[in-house]
Amino acid sequence: MKITVDEDKCCGAGSCVLIAPEVFDQREDDGIVILLDAEPGAGQHAAVREAAAVCPGAAIEVSE
Amino acid sequence: MSVNEQVLSYPIPAEAPLEPPAEWAELRGGCPVAHVKLPSGDAARLITRYEDVKQVLADPRFTRQLTAPDAARLSADGGGVFNSDVAQIIPDSGDGHLHWRRLVGKWFTAKRMAAMRPRMAEIADSLIDDLVERGAPGDLRAGLGFPLPVYVICDMLGVPAEDRERFSYWSDTLLNLTRYGKEEIEAAQAEFFQYMSDLIAAKRAEPGDDLLSELLAAGGPDEGGLEDLQIIVTGMALLVAGHETTANMIGKMVSMLLADRARWEALLADPSLVRTAVEETLRLDANSGFGLPRYLPVEAEIGGETLPKGTTVICSMAAANRDESAFEDAASMDLTRSPNPHLAFGAGAHSCLGQSLARTELQVVLEVLLRRLPTLELAVPVAELERVEGLAVGGLRTVPVRW
Repeated sequence: MKITVDEDKCCGAGSCVLIAPEVFDQREDDGIVILLDAEPGAGQHAAVREAAAVCPGAAIEVSE
Repeated sequence: MSVNEQVLSYPIPAEAPLEPPAEWAELRGGCPVAHVKLPSGDAARLITRYEDVKQVLADPRFTRQLTAPDAARLSADGGGVFNSDVAQIIPDSGDGHLHWRRLVGKWFTAKRMAAMRPRMAEIADSLIDDLVERGAPGDLRAGLGFPLPVYVICDMLGVPAEDRERFSYWSDTLLNLTRYGKEEIEAAQAEFFQYMSDLIAAKRAEPGDDLLSELLAAGGPDEGGLEDLQIIVTGMALLVAGHETTANMIGKMVSMLLADRARWEALLADPSLVRTAVEETLRLDANSGFGLPRYLPVEAEIGGETLPKGTTVICSMAAANRDESAFEDAASMDLTRSPNPHLAFGAGAHSCLGQSLARTELQVVLEVLLRRLPTLELAVPVAELERVEGLAVGGLRTVPVRW
């Protein structure tokens, strides 16, 4: 699995961090997404797919 | 006459407190861009399909400029929060909006909200202590649902929670559709504005450890901060948004989960379902309120129809959230549903800034209730729950429970 995030589309809602805190974080100064792990292990895949599916800005892209 | 031919009055009344009006499914099926008449008498178009609502909310051509001269007024008495000039003080699009959003949004990150969990649980515990002490049956709305989010947002903003009765009234008038008259609304808004202005002045003189003090500390627009007027309006907006919506949702969430006690039992057996259960109640909330209005300053196409410039569009996220083309078995509650890309918080650049706060509050309240009151049940039949009418945010008047 390979993840990319689009900072311009990110609206800082934080839903990805609530679902997969080991993969996503938010910048302290504006709440925009930080990708902690672009190629997470299998244990995170379900959470990452869920985070991508519910992102309100459609800012998370997952390729498998 | 079918829904295709008539002009529906909007909001569409529902017969049962937790169930949607039958018209939603008909509209999604045959009339996805319906003609509706608002409480003001003005005309608008109602969007009910998932893909259409999602597209409108994320499309910058559908603006929030509900003060445009040819925009529909939501209510006869000025339209409350959406039509208010005050709403235009916070930039609604472009770089200005992005700047505001990021400046304020950093206070609502998931990590900050997670750090507030112990404090939220403490507040919930103490409110439940009081509820238990007063004895069953009790009103979960007045005893827990309403005060908890108010305490939390007051903490964050640095606003005294003792004034919550006043906030509650000011917020109701701002969210008014049909409940209050023009004079009453104007007087309440003026009082609220004065209250927040005084508070900002006091914080400038003596800063605290809170969001409003930090916004002031960021300096004026030249230094990357906001104008004082924008800070005042931001404070008002966060106070209203931060308490009315989640406060009502707590009562609705618990009612939906107790309406079929097998749901409550499932959560007791496996509390790890709390997160997905909260999302599912957000998705199925049939009483979420007015929806989100948008104004079209240009012609645009939606749902196969071309809407002329000047059209006001109402997005029903609650109807969209029950769209079979987006959710399998959309009408049934599945506490394990995942992913659950519901639109309860909107979508796109304007999606709810406080959604991590709301989600965290709802999760914490549910966790604490399951732990403290495992025998919780509704003290009246579901059909006797009563909706709050006339406000932009939907809720239940009371949520009588016993344990």
